[in-house]
Amino acid sequence: MKRLNPLRQKATPYALAGPGVLFLFVFFAVPGLYLVQTSLQSGSYETGYQFDWAWSNFGAVADYAPHFLRSALYAGAATVLALLIAYPLMYWITRRGGRWKPLLMLCVVAPFFVTFLIRTLAWQTILQDNGVIVSALRATPLLGDGDSLLATPLAVICGLTYNYIALMALPLYATLDRLDGRLLEAAHDLYAKPMVAFARVTLPLSLPGVTAGCLLTFIPACGDYVNAALLGNPDTSMIGNVIQSKFLVVADYPVAAALSSVVMAGILVVVVVWIGGFGARKAMSA
Amino acid sequence: MSTVTEHPSTGVHPEPSANPQRPQRTDRVRPAVNFVRRHALDLFGVAAIGYLLAPVFVVVAFSFNDPAGRFNFTWQKFTLDNWKHPFGVPGLAESMVTSLEIAAIAAVAGCVIGTPLAMALARFRFRGRAATDTLVLLPMATPEVVMGASLLALFLNLGIPSGFGTIAVAHTMFVLSFVVVTVRARLVNLDTHIEEAAADLGAGPFTTFRLVTFPLILPSIVSAALLAFLLSIDDFVITNFNSGTTLTFPLYVWGAARVGVPPQVNVIGTMLLLASLLVAAIVLTRRKSD
Repeated sequence: MKRLNPLRQKATPYALAGPGVLFLFVFFAVPGLYLVQTSLQSGSYETGYQFDWAWSNFGAVADYAPHFLRSALYAGAATVLALLIAYPLMYWITRRGGRWKPLLMLCVVAPFFVTFLIRTLAWQTILQDNGVIVSALRATPLLGDGDSLLATPLAVICGLTYNYIALMALPLYATLDRLDGRLLEAAHDLYAKPMVAFARVTLPLSLPGVTAGCLLTFIPACGDYVNAALLGNPDTSMIGNVIQSKFLVVADYPVAAALSSVVMAGILVVVVVWIGGFGARKAMSA
Repeated sequence: MSTVTEHPSTGVHPEPSANPQRPQRTDRVRPAVNFVRRHALDLFGVAAIGYLLAPVFVVVAFSFNDPAGRFNFTWQKFTLDNWKHPFGVPGLAESMVTSLEIAAIAAVAGCVIGTPLAMALARFRFRGRAATDTLVLLPMATPEVVMGASLLALFLNLGIPSGFGTIAVAHTMFVLSFVVVTVRARLVNLDTHIEEAAADLGAGPFTTFRLVTFPLILPSIVSAALLAFLLSIDDFVITNFNSGTTLTFPLYVWGAARVGVPPQVNVIGTMLLLASLLVAAIVLTRRKSD
């Protein structure tokens, strides 16, 4: 390759990256700082908010401990369910899909194409009291005559699982599809039973996809408030619902900002621990 | 398959004289167990696909429903009226136009500033590359509420009124990461020898880019733009925080959810689904022929 003028070559990447980096800095990084700054303001909506290191806003965080807990629980349950559904499905598609693979993957992402709110509303229709599922379940001991599915924690978890399952499925597909079939043949040749081959070859090799999928599902599910609002009841509201109402309805910006900052900090801790723990495990097995 | 003479594992197999394919010592139970196992997975796969598609069918089916009251929840009777007048409800058409405009701005702006950023990350080593990488990936690891709230905090403190402009900026910001990741994946897989050949034939860096690199990455830029467009039209949370009084399609649906969603929303949902499936099918078949 021809060598460029060294000065120009040095400047090129900065010129290329500059506009994008600047945009992300101004509209992603700086807003994060403003969020923290807002969380330390005091005052009221009528008189205006002033920045005065009002740490007391973070005291209010404790009042919303149940909401934080619910967010983590519901998002965790949805992540586990999504993994339990998506892993075998992706295994099936990558191993047995053959020429149907593209069509099957199109089915997997199809829910994404009817837009987030409309597919959540579809679950309202499916889980409603006059629906097929409730009627069928009421015929069994699982659901009493007066019991509903809609407006329950179960409905919220179900909605979260469905809404974010594609984020679990795609990384799993990427790792499982890349998996070298010859490795499984080798395991077979060495008399590994299918289950053993799966446990000792397929599963370890697909762990990066599992980690990525779990994070990509858990993070947005944690901050979600649409599912709790449309499929839950007031007792199932998550931390996202509190932030949304404090910012957009009550206009209590400082406390809302404090709650958002805590969510972000919590997510960062989860990411670091998750990836760190995975990295350590990988190092151990190597 | 029947007369395999060069089975890759024959050389190291402990019993080279035995049938190099499957060892035939298998008892009679094994095929039966395998049969059940194979079909258990198939059944699960079909059921899971059914689970994924059921709500999609509900959306499509209820676009043909003639609801008795305000709520389009229970099946009443078949009608084509919703499809004949998809914008027959006040406010719906306007919100859809706003959504399309913002999606177009976000897709174009995202690609214009995202493509060079992807080039820098894929082709150059420079100081701050790791930090840039983190800055690109971090928005994808941030919950939407936090991004929406942060932007609102910025706009509130600077006294910038929320509206069309703030939505467009917010959308450009969050689609940017997806554009960079998509285009960069293509650039990394691109054979650099082609570019080197162009340079050897006397093309300057800009000419090489214009005549060689750009045409090769154009399909990925188009894919990225379409992805950005879809993400923007679909976005509710970030928009919710930064919309002011401007209504996008998802915000219209959100408002309607409390008072009863008109079946026309299902019509538009179905149209978006069909358009997206068409685009996805084209992208998939193109990728195959590459």
